[in-house]
Amino acid sequence: MTRRQKKTLLRIITAGALLAAALILRHVLSLPWWAELLMFLVPYLVIGYDVLLKAVRNIAHGQVFDENFLMGLATVGAFAVREYPEAAAVMLFYQIGELFQSVAVGRSRRSIAALMDIRPDHANVIRGGEEFEVSPEEVDIGEEILVRVGERIPLDGVIESGSTSLDTSALTGESAPRDTAEGENVLSGTVNLGGVIRVRTTGVYKDSTVAKVLELVERSSERKARSENFITRFARWYTPAVVAAAVLTALIPPLFFHASWSEWIHRALIFLVVSCPCALVISVPLTFFCGMGGASRRGILIKGSNYMEALSKLGTVVFDKTGTLTEGSFSVSGIHANAMSEAELLDVAALAESYSNHPIAESIVRAHGGHIDASRVESVTELAGLGISAVIDDETVHAGNAKLMESIGVSPVCEHGCLDAHCGTCVHIARGNKYCGHILISDTVKSTSESAIAELKKSGIRTVMLTGDTAAVGESVGRALGLDDIHSGLMPEDKVRLVESMLEARDGKSTLAFVGDGINDAPVLTRADIGIAMGALGSDAAIEAADVVLTDDDPLKAAAAHRISKRTMRIVRENIVFALAVKLAVLILGALGIADMWIAVFADVGVAVIAILNAMRAMKK
Amino acid sequence: MKKTFKLIDLDCANCAAKMETGIKKLEGVKDASVSFITQKMTVEADDAQFDAVMKKVVKLCRKIEPDCEIVL
Repeated sequence: MTRRQKKTLLRIITAGALLAAALILRHVLSLPWWAELLMFLVPYLVIGYDVLLKAVRNIAHGQVFDENFLMGLATVGAFAVREYPEAAAVMLFYQIGELFQSVAVGRSRRSIAALMDIRPDHANVIRGGEEFEVSPEEVDIGEEILVRVGERIPLDGVIESGSTSLDTSALTGESAPRDTAEGENVLSGTVNLGGVIRVRTTGVYKDSTVAKVLELVERSSERKARSENFITRFARWYTPAVVAAAVLTALIPPLFFHASWSEWIHRALIFLVVSCPCALVISVPLTFFCGMGGASRRGILIKGSNYMEALSKLGTVVFDKTGTLTEGSFSVSGIHANAMSEAELLDVAALAESYSNHPIAESIVRAHGGHIDASRVESVTELAGLGISAVIDDETVHAGNAKLMESIGVSPVCEHGCLDAHCGTCVHIARGNKYCGHILISDTVKSTSESAIAELKKSGIRTVMLTGDTAAVGESVGRALGLDDIHSGLMPEDKVRLVESMLEARDGKSTLAFVGDGINDAPVLTRADIGIAMGALGSDAAIEAADVVLTDDDPLKAAAAHRISKRTMRIVRENIVFALAVKLAVLILGALGIADMWIAVFADVGVAVIAILNAMRAMKK
Repeated sequence: MKKTFKLIDLDCANCAAKMETGIKKLEGVKDASVSFITQKMTVEADDAQFDAVMKKVVKLCRKIEPDCEIVL
């Protein structure tokens, strides 16, 4: 509790004791009305003086529909109709409720802050051989920093010396430590668990991963969901409407139907007590905030509550294949040589591909592993969409797809049945006009892809895969994972067109998400209702284009994002319905003379506290 | 320019909503948001006018919630 809250608590206890004493005195003695009034005014003023002060001050500023003013008016009104104990008690309960509310909000704010506590507080920078402890903002690009065991890595960089294991859970939600060694990249925000490492920074703090994540989370409350805007609009007319109803209740029955003034003014005061929309105004944004806080703890950064809302209505998820459902790193899975040894075939292929930086070429060079004598290679030409031609040891070599072989008049042969289109990518190699064999390249499917698709399908979501690969490769991966729809052989612009046509074809309520690695699918990410970029912390363009950023590249997180958003939206709806229903019930019962002010206070602050506690559930796993 | 300010003792969610609506209506303010949960306020306005705009923002906030202090 803060000092202010403690002070309020003390006042509550004092006023409570005074009120109890006054009630007992009234019971045992029979006092004149003015003595009773005085007796109850004491606890009333002890507990409510600040509310009254604020009410006067705010009315001077023209704030008629201020919470304090309404509460002050309601209780002063209660004194006026000689309901002394009720007036004092209502003010007391109001303050108890406010205290609870402030403690509960403070607590949830702190627990979210704790979740987001990934900001490094210092960096140990080495300057001129000496170590200085400075704030991360003061470290320049290319400086050397020392990170001890248990410390948070303050800036992105490359390990200069030492090896360790890192706790990346604050960024990715992944609890297993990750081993890293010299020469590898480390991300700021992760915690060093293993040994002392020296890191050469690759950027300043402003551009670091941790700064980006924090900015994303902090700015997320700026983009509001429809239900949040609804509450704001609702709050604006709710209070005036209830106050107007109170005035009518107080005036009409006595004026036109000769009812008792004090009875109907008393009923009208109940309206004033429930006229603050606080429960709604606090709990709905708080629920979104808790939901997004909980999601970010698991490495799902949602850029605004509007996207949270959209995620909960997912109807279609479109996945990019390479890098999203598959690892995106190719590896040689087979060498089928004709008329030469496998090693010789790989050697020729590696020589031909050694100048290319295409991922497939790189995988062949990696599989070769040994020294590549570049002097044996001359005049390399990359043939876009086909492959490579090069002169190796004075002989022309072609390495590429079936189309390339066809264009040079060579027909591929295979004894393993590779030519029946189902075994992934083949790189065919021909020397002169003689077919030498082919190398099989495959892209491994991520271990969690299948369960991610299964989980989405279980929630009734259509899953679609887009790929630039051939139909054979696309179909085989897509069928294995159980996707509903597979589109292969697409150029980047085809992907945009396809997603656009899907956006037009869907019914109005459900939304469409696109999941990609964000590197070359930024246009699609922006076009979809929800663009989900995975493993995107390294890429500014992806963070900019996406609406949801997954900190690692686990497709299961896309399914988790949907689950969290549905849960959050359910809590939002619960809170809206609960708060409105209780208030409406109290208004009706109050007008009928059944509910009294005590119940009205509960409907005001009690409901707010319950709604806040309910909102906090959105944060939990 | 867009700037974020910390708010101290922002106690009532409804006041935060009122402040936000009020600030958005101020002349020279492009966009604004007041978050009760993070106790932060973001104001977007032209660079040249920013200080003048902020004076108006502070005045308005004092009117709506006198206990709340804006850390400039």
